Amino acid sequence: MSNDDILRVKDLRVRFPLKRTGFGKRDYLYAVDGVSFNLKRGETLAIVGESGSGKTTTALTIARLQKAFSGSVQLGDIDLLALKGAELRDMRNRMQFIFQDPYSSLNPRLRAEDIVREPLDNQNRMPAEQRDARVEELFSAVGLRPEQRRLFPHQFSGGQRQRIGIARALATNPDLIICDEPVSALDVAVQAQILNLLRRLQTDLGLTYLFISHDLGVVQHMCDHVAVMYKGKIVEYADRLTLFNHPQHDYTKALLAAVPSVASALRQG
Amino acid sequence: MNTHSGTSAPALLSVKNLRVEIKTRDGVVPVIDDLSFDLPEGGNISFVGESGCGKSMTALALMGLLPQPAGRIAAGNILFDGEDLARATDARLREIRGNDISMIFQEPMTSLNPVYTIGEQIAEVLRRHQGKSRKEAHARAIELLDSVHIPSPQLRVDDYPHQLSGGQRQRVMIAIALACKPRILIADEPTTALDVTVQAQIFDLLTELREVTGTAIILITHDMGAVAQMSERMVVMYAGRKAEEGRVRDVIQQPRHPYTKGLISAVPHLLDTITDDRPELLEIPGIVPPLTEFGRPNCLFASRCDSATEKCQAARPGEIAFDNGHSSACFYADEMQP
Repeated sequence: MSNDDILRVKDLRVRFPLKRTGFGKRDYLYAVDGVSFNLKRGETLAIVGESGSGKTTTALTIARLQKAFSGSVQLGDIDLLALKGAELRDMRNRMQFIFQDPYSSLNPRLRAEDIVREPLDNQNRMPAEQRDARVEELFSAVGLRPEQRRLFPHQFSGGQRQRIGIARALATNPDLIICDEPVSALDVAVQAQILNLLRRLQTDLGLTYLFISHDLGVVQHMCDHVAVMYKGKIVEYADRLTLFNHPQHDYTKALLAAVPSVASALRQG
Repeated sequence: MNTHSGTSAPALLSVKNLRVEIKTRDGVVPVIDDLSFDLPEGGNISFVGESGCGKSMTALALMGLLPQPAGRIAAGNILFDGEDLARATDARLREIRGNDISMIFQEPMTSLNPVYTIGEQIAEVLRRHQGKSRKEAHARAIELLDSVHIPSPQLRVDDYPHQLSGGQRQRVMIAIALACKPRILIADEPTTALDVTVQAQIFDLLTELREVTGTAIILITHDMGAVAQMSERMVVMYAGRKAEEGRVRDVIQQPRHPYTKGLISAVPHLLDTITDDRPELLEIPGIVPPLTEFGRPNCLFASRCDSATEKCQAARPGEIAFDNGHSSACFYADEMQP
């Protein structure tokens, strides 16, 4: 454990009650079952796995949007799972979420600038007169034009909406950004725009990403470390080069083999 | 099977200069504009492009399922075994659908009826098209479930769709589509809603069934990897027009249209061996033009293209032909670097 670890997750468990069968004890499904990992400042950790493997539940629990059963999550020196009330609200400045579906994660009744400004208003730290300038700065950082500030979400394309979601996540200068499948709802040609933007912002601002995805091609392009999840557990954890060049676990190998690839078609040709 | 069929084999399906128009609030727009392609008996072809490029409309036009009353085939022919489906009556189309041409859809969750057992839904096709009795149809349904590798089909035949996983539901959809041994199977994004490992199983199943039954497959997708694995030929659609057509290998090795090139390099493909070097992805700026701009007499990709010139804004490029039936609708197709 080194000092530049920004996020430390230890033995995290999340469980959901199952239907009670007859009398006796209640059964539980452990959606996240003893997950541990560390994430260094300025790096990207990808969590990959199939649907139902617990990757989104892990992310939601770290963001305190889902209750943990046991384990610990530390952001810097703060124990996230112990926070309550005002402290928890305060902590949310330091950790932001980019959601999968840009169509349902933006309030349709707010203008783009108000959506981006909302975290600043809630945080209440920045003087009100500076917020406007900050919104302008964020708009240009994510490649939106100033005249688009007054528009509503439905007037934007999917890729532009995801840019608004990214600007909102950046607003409070968070230490950690959790990206839950940020491009899987977007068209193929637009995915590249968003992925390039995320990497550019990471280089410019020194961001740390926890990147949830099922798309191994995207993960290979984005991550520094990878955790492969299967049935609530991390079955393999390695840095990018090791995991993709020398996968160890059978499940990882199966996942990699299942992806239809352009490269293999060319070789057969 | 005929791996290098190309254009030599007699075409089972031949689409000629197809134009499909949709009535919108802003007037009539061509969602498919002058599309031609051939599909030989037992062949397979993929349609690739972003959403809103007319891939699914092509499938719906072939099936006679265009949205009514807004959509219509304005010009062109769809010759299926010599018969023009563009002029066929509704009754004749009903005979063909599910019998000679079948379709599987993207969402296996929503395309099955939740209040009928899967056995009944398979049997329905057989009773309707082949006049089988309930008992015969039920027995055949079990065989079909077995052929799509659903374990213990005798038991599962009486299950309802909610009792199956997503992959199994897609297998049931395939069983329904193949019940009458169609000559063409249209698969519209058959695996988009599924996990990669399940996707691989569905692709294996489709390939196996094609080899066994000789059904020609039209695959509609946005995933170049899927195309590379599943098809021999591909058509790249952009804004209702054919941007490029050719053998998959030729097109991927040397795309002759900037849109195709963009589609291939905009996606981070999974590589076998990787290094520390991570180049930026090539971006296609902007988005597909709105429907109102479809049908304009210029290159519709010009606004997103790096190498567009005044000529591209002024006129619609014709098709330039290369080897092996490779063709591209770009003025500068000759000059494209591989």
